[in-house]
Amino acid sequence: MSLCKFAYHGPETLDEVLALLAEHGPAARVMAGGTDLVVKMSRGQVAPAVVIGLKRVPGLGDLRFDPVHGLELGCMTRVSDVLEHPAVAAHYPALAEAAQATATVQIRNMATIAGNLCNASPCADNAPTLIARGASVELRSPRGSRTLPLAELFRGPGQTVLAPDELLLCITVPPPRAATGFAYLSLSQRSAVDVSAVGVAAGLTLADGRVAEARIVLGAVAPTPFVATAAADALRGQRPADEAFPAAGDAPAEACSPLGDVRASAGYRRKMVAVLVRRALERATARALADGRARTARPAEVTP
Amino acid sequence: MSACAQGGGAPVSHAPADKVRVAFTLNGAPVEVLAAATDRLIDVLRGALGLVGTREGCGAGECGSCTVEVDGRAVPSCILPAREAEGRSITTIEGLGGPGGELDRLQRAFVEHGGVQCGFCTPGMVMAARSLLRRNPHPSPAEIRTALAGNLCRCTGYVQIVAAVDAAGHGADDGGAHG
Repeated sequence: MSLCKFAYHGPETLDEVLALLAEHGPAARVMAGGTDLVVKMSRGQVAPAVVIGLKRVPGLGDLRFDPVHGLELGCMTRVSDVLEHPAVAAHYPALAEAAQATATVQIRNMATIAGNLCNASPCADNAPTLIARGASVELRSPRGSRTLPLAELFRGPGQTVLAPDELLLCITVPPPRAATGFAYLSLSQRSAVDVSAVGVAAGLTLADGRVAEARIVLGAVAPTPFVATAAADALRGQRPADEAFPAAGDAPAEACSPLGDVRASAGYRRKMVAVLVRRALERATARALADGRARTARPAEVTP
Repeated sequence: MSACAQGGGAPVSHAPADKVRVAFTLNGAPVEVLAAATDRLIDVLRGALGLVGTREGCGAGECGSCTVEVDGRAVPSCILPAREAEGRSITTIEGLGGPGGELDRLQRAFVEHGGVQCGFCTPGMVMAARSLLRRNPHPSPAEIRTALAGNLCRCTGYVQIVAAVDAAGHGADDGGAHG
């Protein structure tokens, strides 16, 4: 298998990256981990004249956490970096679940979270949890910088709002909140390796035993990650033991628009949305309760 | 039909003018190769450097046969542009074992547990297992299966491979001294 001819640039500063984007724009593709781009190039699905590799720019892979600003993932932060980081395990377990659901060890060691987002595959495992968690993305170009909610990055399968001269520079996830839990569950034909047929991120904040706020975001069942706002809002005021709670996935199962393909039929995907939303809410509830207890037991550790 | 024709790109050129010098550490020693933008790491390993232990299976990063370690992490060398090896430390299957060709502990465990049949996937399996044991010296069978999920084997059914890695991780393999 061989690649078509292209010019490779390995800039060493962000300014050089932006200058190359300004110069080559639509003819160029940015390469982060390369696990998707190189395969598409070797199959002839894309044939960019210019490839801008980011590996030599220092600092782009940084993963930072602090309790006030939250989590920041640079555009070269690899999936395995997220999976192995103690702050992610402690404060963002659903992000670790999504990272674990992504491909294989070898791919996770190369692929980046930002690349997974920019490829805009409807079944990207890392998108639903980040959207549910309220993540935003900073897009940088020679013209300046803009920040948008992650959900607004996606336009359709393989399509984003990134302009030809824009780079997704970093992903910011708000800090953890008290009595709040998130979970990500996915299904695929095989237990590892292959692309998820359904992915569900769910989260909630409890107050006095009732849902104060909930989020449900689905992957692989619509052209872009599907934010089930109505179903999540309907959970407000409910107790986890209420009848409406386990049925929370029924409405999004109806509202989403899955395709039937080699991985699963549309009908199966809808049925599994209902099941996975229920299970993800159960896991998120357990996490929110565990968090609430921990904070009650040790009030000195409550963060402002 | 070439993929390039489908994609509309120009044909691959191997003219030396297209190539640049790439320097990296290979199995502990510094090397330099000339690599075109279109060369992948596996191309220079098997070509210019003559290390044919690394095998190309799917060419798409999915089967694990081409697994090497880059800075201590298992990665597929079939989708890593050779130019991105610049400054990295690469370990291939040839970098394991002793100077006289002696197998290392993990390799011996594969032999002793029947983890090798046709052998095509074996270098990739060993490199992926090595990367696991580096991070997790005593993995459970479930952890071994997760770590090797990106390596396909069409012969063994995986049971012997998992047993081999388990033995290497738990000291059950004592170097073959007892048979």
